[in-house]
Amino acid sequence: MDLTAFLIQVLNGVQYGFLLFLVASGLTLIFGIMGIINLAHGAFFMIGAYLAYSLTALVGNFFVAVLLGVFVMVAVGYLIERFAISFLYRRDHLYQVLLTYGLILVFNELQKIIWGTDFHSVPVPALLAGSVPLGSTQSYPIYRFFISLVCLAIAAGMYLVIARTRLGMMIRAGAWDREVVQTLGINIGRLFAIVFSLGAALAAFAGMIGAPVSSVYPGMGDQVLIISFVVVVIGGIGSVKGAFIGAMLIGLGDTFGKVLVPNLASFVVYALMAAVLLWRPQGLFGRGT
Amino acid sequence: MSARSESRLVSRPLVGLLGLAVVGFAIFPWLGGQYYVDLLMRVMILGIFAMSLDLLIGYTGLISFGHAAFFGLTGYVLVMVTPETGSISVWLALPACLIAAALVAAVIGWMSIRTSGIYFIMLTLALAQMLYYFFNDSTKYGGSDGTFIASRPSVSIGSLRLLDLGDRLTLYYVVLASMVGTFLLLMVLLRAPFGQVIQAIRANEARTRALGFAVQHYKLASFVIAGALAGFAGFLEATHTGIISPAHLSWHESGLVMIMVILGGMGTIYGAVLGAFILVFLQEFLQDMTEHWQLALGLIIIAVVLLLPKGVAGLPKQLAGTVGGRRQSRDAASVVEANDG
Amino acid sequence: MTATIFDPISRRTLLGTGAAAAGLATAGSIVPFRLAIGAQAKVRIGILLPYSGTYAMLGNAITDGLKLRLAEAGGKLGGREVEFVIVDSQMSVPKAPQNTQKLIAKEKVDFLVGPVHSGIAAAMAKIVGRAGNPIMIVPNAGSNAVTGPLCAPNIFRTSFSNWQPAYPGGKVMADDGHKTAVTIAWKYGAGIQMMAAGTSSFEKAGGKVVKDIQVPFPSVEFQANLSEIASLKPDAVFAFFSGGGAVKFVKDYAAAGLKEKIPLYGPGFLTEGVSMAQGAAAEGIKTTLHYADNLDNAANKAFRAGYKKMYGKEANVFSVQGYDTGSLLLIAMDAVKGDSGAKKAMIAAMEKAKIASPRGDISFSAAHNVVQDIYLRKVVKGHQNLMGVVAKQLVDPARGCRLT
Repeated sequence: MDLTAFLIQVLNGVQYGFLLFLVASGLTLIFGIMGIINLAHGAFFMIGAYLAYSLTALVGNFFVAVLLGVFVMVAVGYLIERFAISFLYRRDHLYQVLLTYGLILVFNELQKIIWGTDFHSVPVPALLAGSVPLGSTQSYPIYRFFISLVCLAIAAGMYLVIARTRLGMMIRAGAWDREVVQTLGINIGRLFAIVFSLGAALAAFAGMIGAPVSSVYPGMGDQVLIISFVVVVIGGIGSVKGAFIGAMLIGLGDTFGKVLVPNLASFVVYALMAAVLLWRPQGLFGRGT
Repeated sequence: MSARSESRLVSRPLVGLLGLAVVGFAIFPWLGGQYYVDLLMRVMILGIFAMSLDLLIGYTGLISFGHAAFFGLTGYVLVMVTPETGSISVWLALPACLIAAALVAAVIGWMSIRTSGIYFIMLTLALAQMLYYFFNDSTKYGGSDGTFIASRPSVSIGSLRLLDLGDRLTLYYVVLASMVGTFLLLMVLLRAPFGQVIQAIRANEARTRALGFAVQHYKLASFVIAGALAGFAGFLEATHTGIISPAHLSWHESGLVMIMVILGGMGTIYGAVLGAFILVFLQEFLQDMTEHWQLALGLIIIAVVLLLPKGVAGLPKQLAGTVGGRRQSRDAASVVEANDG
Repeated sequence: MTATIFDPISRRTLLGTGAAAAGLATAGSIVPFRLAIGAQAKVRIGILLPYSGTYAMLGNAITDGLKLRLAEAGGKLGGREVEFVIVDSQMSVPKAPQNTQKLIAKEKVDFLVGPVHSGIAAAMAKIVGRAGNPIMIVPNAGSNAVTGPLCAPNIFRTSFSNWQPAYPGGKVMADDGHKTAVTIAWKYGAGIQMMAAGTSSFEKAGGKVVKDIQVPFPSVEFQANLSEIASLKPDAVFAFFSGGGAVKFVKDYAAAGLKEKIPLYGPGFLTEGVSMAQGAAAEGIKTTLHYADNLDNAANKAFRAGYKKMYGKEANVFSVQGYDTGSLLLIAMDAVKGDSGAKKAMIAAMEKAKIASPRGDISFSAAHNVVQDIYLRKVVKGHQNLMGVVAKQLVDPARGCRLT
């Protein structure tokens, strides 16, 4: 593989990693702060993609559609938290797994009822539709650059919020020790609702901006879900920094795996995870057991 | 302590009910059509699979989300050992499958048991996925399409043919015997000191360790036994349907078997078979009703989690609210507290 | 997809009609026994096709074609009314035996039509071939094994074997002057077999395949693979994808700037039924398939008009396959005048069948695979236009079939 090819694959891996980061960061916050295993997180990603499809068709402008979609998703996330997730706070992990698994089935089927079973594409917005030539044969779609830039901006924004604001302080404290946060008199119910809605919106946003490059089809949430769990476990539960590192690792590992060892590409991702966990069972940045 | 755990196992009226159920299974082929005989075989095989998971979830307190790995693995092992022409003897095929399942369970178990809580669940899930992709991405054994066994294992001693596993009725009774045998095996195991220790681990791990038991070893042993039994179920499944595919190892399969255990009532062993029965027939029934049956199934699962935490087997106790029932719910509460810590 | 009255009959409707039929049957029980059998009992056709997922379009098109053909014949097979029992295969191979058993043993269908996916076809063929009953017609799945080692007297295929449309494609690439190529397809039965066929003819004609890229099915993440193709710089690319995956691949291929530099070839599924969705990205792509939109024969003209009238959509090769399945069923049932129990006679009639299909004249080989012409097509403004015939009456080699 020559240098240009290598760099292009790095670009591919990083872009994939960024999208994974968006989904995984929400998941890790929900785990870390609320102690909830949310299997339905992949469904949020899928709902985001379908929202992008429908709203773009409705409104005509992709960017407006995404903005609208985020608002819709925050509301949806809030409702789900109030009417389903809140029942799980005191329960065993087993029941969380099962209830959210039931939610996956419900969401997947609702999606088929509302949007049907066809494969859909979301057109890349005209503004970003071109390609930039890289190397002699290949061009890189401008839109993919855009995705990476947006994710980078969000990552920076998240860092600022978590490191510099009161909310961020509560989030960090909650991820470290949930009970202590409660004894400090912080309205834990409101914190949970905010965190869950934020997490859901992040996953949906990833689905929305990724839709033009990944297409929209039934069951698209399932694959992203498992990989996101891998990212969270590698990075450490509750750690957004860990989710970022983990997502980049997986993004690059998967991309290079496809090219270098195509028969073992997916296997590589899980082997990476197993290796990290053997070395540090709590993940790279997870708090020690 | 032993009196309380004994009350968790099978009481006398229950033995009667279970015996009746077995008789019911046994005479069914003479009453029902071919399609339902096949369906019941599926229920029984899934029952064995679910019982093995109940050992982990209901008794050892290990929530494994990758149990389907062992279920699917033995199907592939059977394909590997079955020759193109002729057939392999079951005396070779079955031990090969069980040993393979036990070995893989030992490796996965060793890696997973180092962690606990959410990490354990996720690690078992991810390791099972690893195995799934190993078979899905391979060029041998059909990749994502899966493959089929060329012939069923032969059951014979020397040149004397004992059973024809290709005959539906014969296989039905073999599966029935296997299910009953698995149940009895688990009952014996749980009554033995080994079983007492793993239940103690589930109730309060720190206390059990303080008592001097090598908790990690017991957990691993339990994991391996459960894995081998799940592999046994997988062997029967491959023999029954003749095909194997990576989907048998998928996390959806792991999720479904977990639901069977909870639906039927975890911590009872027989509840697992009940759960398998309910889920299979529920799917059948729902599929005939509407094409959106997955929606109904999802809602039912949610309802079960919210309303029937003890599953169907626990329903009498839940409704009765007797002294014994209240005492059991106090035990359950202390278990939950212990697990949250 | 929005529901139209031309959708497959829902199970609820089926149960409703079944209940009504049962009611009528009871009411008619005073009618002599002889009249109650055969002539009035409906012919039950079991259908196992995907109506969800990446191949949903194929399942729907095949069903539409089949229903059109039967509607043209007055909705009757051999004088008897037709009843469909439809199961969504969901492209699930592990569920296939159960779904097949449900149709055969529980619903007791007279004919079985399906599937799309080659892996499911193998599972179905194993069960149906072993049972010898009912008659199964494969309207799409190209798995070589179905008319190979798994062939059986009661299994017919009205579509293609994976080898058939792909084999001539390799030579087309070589004839266009390309010396090196990269093959890329989904890694499952159909993809592997088609690429093998294309590779063998390409290399026989002097070309060389420098890399075979296999994408896990049904993944549609092609970015890493496209970058790899760009760095390998072959003369041409030979690809197989179908349905939703084909839409994505062709569009991504163009977005990566490869369309102008490295010409894309493949079996026709790459552009069939999806060229409208692919838009400009598909323009000019040459493919080989057993059908082209503007084939100039009477059957095709009537078929396309009838299809457009009934469904408001343009027909594609999958519709044709469903349509021809209907024709084959009609031939079988007409030969025995509606007596669906006379399996041997039906099979004999089907083996000798010659159908004037929209794709040209077709017949069946000893292995019960369709014998047909393969055409070269080019995408022009979203239509698959005929460029020529690359193989006449191509017979699949059917290696391993005991019927040959």
